[in-house]
Amino acid sequence: MTTLKQSFLQGYVDKENYTVSRQVYVNDEIYRLEQERVFARVWLFIGHESQIQKPGDYFVSRMGEESVIMTRDRQGEIHMHRGMKVCRYDEGNTPVFTCPYHGWSYALNGSLVGVPYYKEAYHSELKKNEWGLVEVAQLCNYKGTIWATWDAKAPTFEEYLGDTKLYYDILVDSRDGSPGGSEAIGGVQKWRTGANWKSAAENACGDGYHNISHRSVDMVGIGPSGGKGRRDDETGGSRRLAISTPEFGHGALTGEQLDDYPWTPAYLNDPEVAEWAEHCYYERQRNLGKLARVLGGVGNIFPNMSYWSRQPRRMVVWHPGGGPQQSEYWSWFLVDKNAPDKVKEMLRHYGLRYSGPAGLTEQDDMENWNYASKASNGVIASRQPYNYQIGKGRFNKNDHLPGHVVEGMSEMNQFGMYSFWAELMDAESWDDLFEKRERREYEEGKA
Amino acid sequence: MTTQAQQSAVERMLRHHEIEQFLTHEASLYDERRYNEWLDLLTDDIRYYMPMLRNVKFGEHERELTREMEDLNWIDEGKDILTKRIEQILTGVHWAEEPLSRIVHVITNVLIEDDRGDEVDVKCKFVTYRNRVETETDLFIGRREDTLRMVDGWWKIARRKVILAQSVLLAKNLTLLF
Repeated sequence: MTTLKQSFLQGYVDKENYTVSRQVYVNDEIYRLEQERVFARVWLFIGHESQIQKPGDYFVSRMGEESVIMTRDRQGEIHMHRGMKVCRYDEGNTPVFTCPYHGWSYALNGSLVGVPYYKEAYHSELKKNEWGLVEVAQLCNYKGTIWATWDAKAPTFEEYLGDTKLYYDILVDSRDGSPGGSEAIGGVQKWRTGANWKSAAENACGDGYHNISHRSVDMVGIGPSGGKGRRDDETGGSRRLAISTPEFGHGALTGEQLDDYPWTPAYLNDPEVAEWAEHCYYERQRNLGKLARVLGGVGNIFPNMSYWSRQPRRMVVWHPGGGPQQSEYWSWFLVDKNAPDKVKEMLRHYGLRYSGPAGLTEQDDMENWNYASKASNGVIASRQPYNYQIGKGRFNKNDHLPGHVVEGMSEMNQFGMYSFWAELMDAESWDDLFEKRERREYEEGKA
Repeated sequence: MTTQAQQSAVERMLRHHEIEQFLTHEASLYDERRYNEWLDLLTDDIRYYMPMLRNVKFGEHERELTREMEDLNWIDEGKDILTKRIEQILTGVHWAEEPLSRIVHVITNVLIEDDRGDEVDVKCKFVTYRNRVETETDLFIGRREDTLRMVDGWWKIARRKVILAQSVLLAKNLTLLF
């Protein structure tokens, strides 16, 4: 018998007080239900096309708790299948995947091609075309980043991005503003933590309020221009923005320059890199016009793909790890494919000293997320919900940028993430979610 | 002849002892939180490389480790950033190491691979224990390939390759060096 409250939107995410129950981080039933209602339904990030360049290349990824294989077939098409566990390697090149247990083998497009004793055991009657690897319902190659969903009824990926597209594009477009053109540096960092997947997701979704966490790295300084701090500051004269896309739970933290400013020198540790960055800056202004004033920042594509579109340029998936207080983090770093080798090397080195489990900045994040998750246990703790009131009522409906824009610090991004999460948890399907939303908005309008 | 062979064996044992003592001493400095003394044991041109490991098909093991100066690694840097790591711990506000963890490096299976007089390539295994706050405990087990260089009459570390025997890192972070 379930002990869950009837409605997530009313029982766990309080839209009047902007609070979220601590149960969402620690409750086993909630964790199991979100595998079905969140992870089996929404768009999830799988990997980058540069990881599978040649026919036969494959990369084993995850969608929620499920193992999936991303492959490129002989025709160059990308496929995505459930792969538990016909492939025990992380990546490679193969003509065929063979399950080591009974020896069934599958082609790169997932179709079942080999069955031992097909004649003797199955009398050639097994319908091979019905027993291929389960293919995802929708797949999208968005500017080199590969996304998939198990739900045929899910909106298209671009619809799903919604207003956050403009901010996500800053990650995946080239530094000079031309569309796409990124590649992933070799290797994916993978590590396990004792935090709920939402702890990290909400941090990147909108938390601009935790700078004290990073005081030590700012004191020693690891930025690409030397001195104190962990990044170059190019945000002078810009307004600081928190932008929520509550329709699908995404959030972005960014800035917008108030005018077309000249280049703020950055990447000064190396003149060649600095020159390249300056060139890209002016090209971007030329290519994008006023939109170039929107700067890179950090964001989260619901549910669990966070990105840093500026310094360092990187994406992380916070996979649920088999229980409410376990996750597995996977991290990729992006560079412009056509950037000079020296630039790529500098960015790789900067990314490593900044991010990941050994990164001087992120070590402290992991510490906080783990203890925040742990602090959600306990009877007395559970009576005290988490507070997301920064930026409450500050949403500017008339802002010219897309999304729900709040100037200054705001937790409306995180709250938007939890509200959409609760909508999904309350819904039987995508159709049901949209129907319930329409009814709620109608009733709210009446009241 | 016999004497010479014996001498050489004794010399080799002394050399082994000397190297082992050095590695033990180095580990002690770190575990006793004498971080600046530990830093002094690194040459200015040290390369510290800690690759990640992939699961690869039999026969493709040259792809098992991520590449130095090319791919993502756990750590891939020189003395500048290693110094920053120590400085960060010494700020007292590095929350991932505040309060400081209790770290124990067990260094064993020391094997001199190549002795060039003023430079020595040495392999060893490590069992490194990290315990922090209350019950949080991690165990890091792996092997190391070091190059030690004689500088002003004492050994320094000129290169360290740390191969942790994990593909998915089973710890939430790496606040320590190996």
